[in-house]
This record gives sequence, structure tokens and C-alpha cells, in this order.
Amino acid sequence: MNFILDAFDWLFAPEQWAGSGAISVRIGEHLYYSVLAFLVACAIAIPLGYLIGHTGKGREVAVAIAGAARALPSFGLILLLVILIGVLQISLSVTTALVLLAVPSILAGAYSGLEAIDRRTIDAARAVGMTEWQILTRVEVPLGLPLLISGMRSGMLQIIATATLASYVGLGGLGYDILQGIQLRRFDQALGGALVVVALALVIDALLAALEHRGVPRGVRNALTGRAAGPTRRQRRANAASRTAQSVGVSGQ
Amino acid sequence: MNWLSNNLDLVLELSIQHLRLAAIPIVLGFIISIPLGFIAYRYKLTRGILLTVAGLLYTIPSLALLMVLPPLIGLSAFSDANLVIVLTIYAVAIMARSVADAFASVDPGVRQAATAMGYSSWRRFWAVEFPLAGPVMLAGLRVVAVSTIALVTVGILVGVQSLGYLFTNGFQRRIVEEILTGVVMTMVIALAIDLVLALIGRAVMPWARSKRPDRRRAAVSGAAAT
Repeated sequence: MNFILDAFDWLFAPEQWAGSGAISVRIGEHLYYSVLAFLVACAIAIPLGYLIGHTGKGREVAVAIAGAARALPSFGLILLLVILIGVLQISLSVTTALVLLAVPSILAGAYSGLEAIDRRTIDAARAVGMTEWQILTRVEVPLGLPLLISGMRSGMLQIIATATLASYVGLGGLGYDILQGIQLRRFDQALGGALVVVALALVIDALLAALEHRGVPRGVRNALTGRAAGPTRRQRRANAASRTAQSVGVSGQ
Repeated sequence: MNWLSNNLDLVLELSIQHLRLAAIPIVLGFIISIPLGFIAYRYKLTRGILLTVAGLLYTIPSLALLMVLPPLIGLSAFSDANLVIVLTIYAVAIMARSVADAFASVDPGVRQAATAMGYSSWRRFWAVEFPLAGPVMLAGLRVVAVSTIALVTVGILVGVQSLGYLFTNGFQRRIVEEILTGVVMTMVIALAIDLVLALIGRAVMPWARSKRPDRRRAAVSGAAAT
């Protein structure tokens, strides 16, 4: 346990909180690249996912991409892009890598959210005279939110984890202390940096989880948790099936 | 293709090492997840606790976990064992949930029929529930296998040799081909193992073959049945 105490000593030493290498600066760098990549990935993946989910076309392609993306080693992708795009454009290369890694989970969340909706609900919306656009924005989008946001959560996790590795190419961020600690065999620094990364990942995930809870229409939330009326067996099994579909969309870090 | 043809031996050796490092966590993760997932499915309280813990563990970035784990269990951060345990933790974090979902996907009617025919709960588990949960478990296992194989490469940052060596070495020497070889070989191994698992699944679970996961059609037939 000594290592952990050392790490906390390192973490709370005043010199870690001042100057250009301060932990607060590293958190800022980490968050900047993560949030930027997350927003770009959402802007690409959500419309595309809705298109696939609404029309039902291109689903096989999306599934294949998600499968291949899971096999993609994120660390290798970063190094590859940095060398291909140019060592002078590290931030562009790393952001591109982070976007590429987050798109599949968000895409899977968007289209599986739409697919998990009971067909009868959409048929009913069409029957009462809604246009396709109204069906999408007023029925499919709200009902698909739970799966979309959980796809966004796993995309964001992927980004934060990979941004840690991006310190290897000199981008800064919280991975810097871990990697420098490893190199210099200074485990208090490595472990201290690691603890900050863990805390950051947990906080961001908790924020998105809260969003997931708040952003979901009350009727959907009740159906998922079974608070208003217990779900029937068929619904429970359907929920289990959609969770599986979603966990299949989750990619590793 | 100069670099590759000159270094075929190295690539082969690293690939074998990579596969060895990935195989242990995949198998261990699967074995550990079966009882955990079943308990999570069976009892509501443990389900909440287990899935929350799994979710939290999954949230931790791999490089950070590689640093945090060793002092907790008294290992060197640079040992193979550290990487294997970290990967097993991630495997269980994904797999336990999918095992729980797999048991939930078994038709309760079939379960009751087995009970009615006089199966003991132990025998019902092995002869009815476990095989019927197979397809969903296999889907989870394939996800675990592929992501574990991709994740092994991170081990190079704590000095564990795998195809990840080609990333750092290629980066330092600025050889695009070397990094590309590492990325492609990792993906080839992952997709090959994925295919092997799928084929094993087809061979041992012939009943899953006709049930294509076409949810739209399932929803329609579900509607007709109601």
C-alpha cells in the first residue's frame, strides 16, 4: 500500500499544481481533445445512424464497420496517423484517431436505438398521418435516446482511454505523467497520473449516465425500469436482446 | 514491402506471443463470467451490484489500470501477469453482463417445461438453460475476444512484448510499414479468432443457425402472436 500513499503524496504536492506541467493543465488538455473529438464523432455518427435506423438500409455495412473497429488497436492507429499525417500536425492526427475510434459505438447506439422501437409504434405514428420527418423527430429520436446515449457513453470512454495513450506522441494530457513515471521508474508519478485518469473517466461517465437518466422521456424510463407497471416477460426479453445488441456495439479500449 | 519481407520471423514470433497473451484472459474471463453472470441473472440484488462494478471497471482506461493494479496485488507493473490480469478484468466486465443477458433470453416456457418434466435445477441448468443461453453468450465472447486481442498491444507501454512492439519501434524509427504491419496483423488475428469462435458456435449450437437476429421480423411475428 506504500506505493499508493506515495502516489497521493506526489498528487497533492504543491509543485504538481503549478506551472505548465500542472495536473490541472493536463486535465484541461485531456478534456480539450476528448470533448473536441467527441463532438466531431457525434456530428458524424448520429445523423448517419439515424439514417440507417430510419430507412433500415446499410445496416450490414454499419455492423461490419463496428466489428472491424473493435479489432482496431487504438494505440497503433494513433501512431500510424501521426506518421502519415505528419509529426508536425500531432493534434490533427490524434483528434482524427479519436474520432475514428468513437464513431462506431455512437453509430451503433443511434441505429440500434431506432431499431429497438416496437414496429407497431412507428406504424401507428404513420397511420395518424405523421410525415417521415415527424416520425423521426417526434417518435424515433425520443424513444431511441436510451441506446443512443449509452452508445455515446462508450464512445466517450473509448476517447478518454485512448487520449491517455496519445501522450506517447507528445500531446500532453494525463497519460504524460504515467508514461514519464514508467520511463523514469518513478511509480508515485505514474500511479498518481493513473489515479487522476481513473477519476476523470469515472466523473465523465457519471455525467453522461445522469444525462442518460434525465434525457430519457418518462414513459420510456418507466418501461425500462418497470417502475410504473412491471414489464411483461416478452418485454423483459426484448430489453435483454436490445442490451445485447448494444453491448455488441461497444468497443474495447 | 521491404521491411516486412526482412522481418517475417519477428512478425511471426510477436504474433504467437500476442495470441498467447490474449488467449489466457479470453478463456479465464469466460469461465469466471459464467457463475457471476448466472448469479446476476438469478438474483436482483446481485444483478445491480455486479453490473455496476463491471461498468465501473470497464470505465477505467487500460493504461491507468495497468498502473493501479500492481501495487494492489503486489505484482511488478512490467510483468506479463499484470497485463493478463488487467485483460481478464476487462473480459469479465464485458462478459458477465452478456452472460446475465443470455440467461434472461431463455424462454421461460422452456424452463418451466423442463421443471415440469422433472429436471433437477442442476440438470436443468446444464441441459436446458446453458445451451439455450449459448448464442447470446457466444456473441459476448466474440466481442471479448476481439477487444482483448486489440488491447494486448497496450502492454508494450509497460514492456510486455506483443505486436504492440511494432507500433513503438516503428514510430521511433519512422517506418510506416512496420506500424501498419502491427495494426493489420492485430486485426487479422482478431478477425480470425472471431471467425473460429463463430464456426465453433455453428458446430456446437446447430439450433441457433435458423434464428437470424432479424429484429424487425421478430417484432412483427411477436405482434402476430399477441
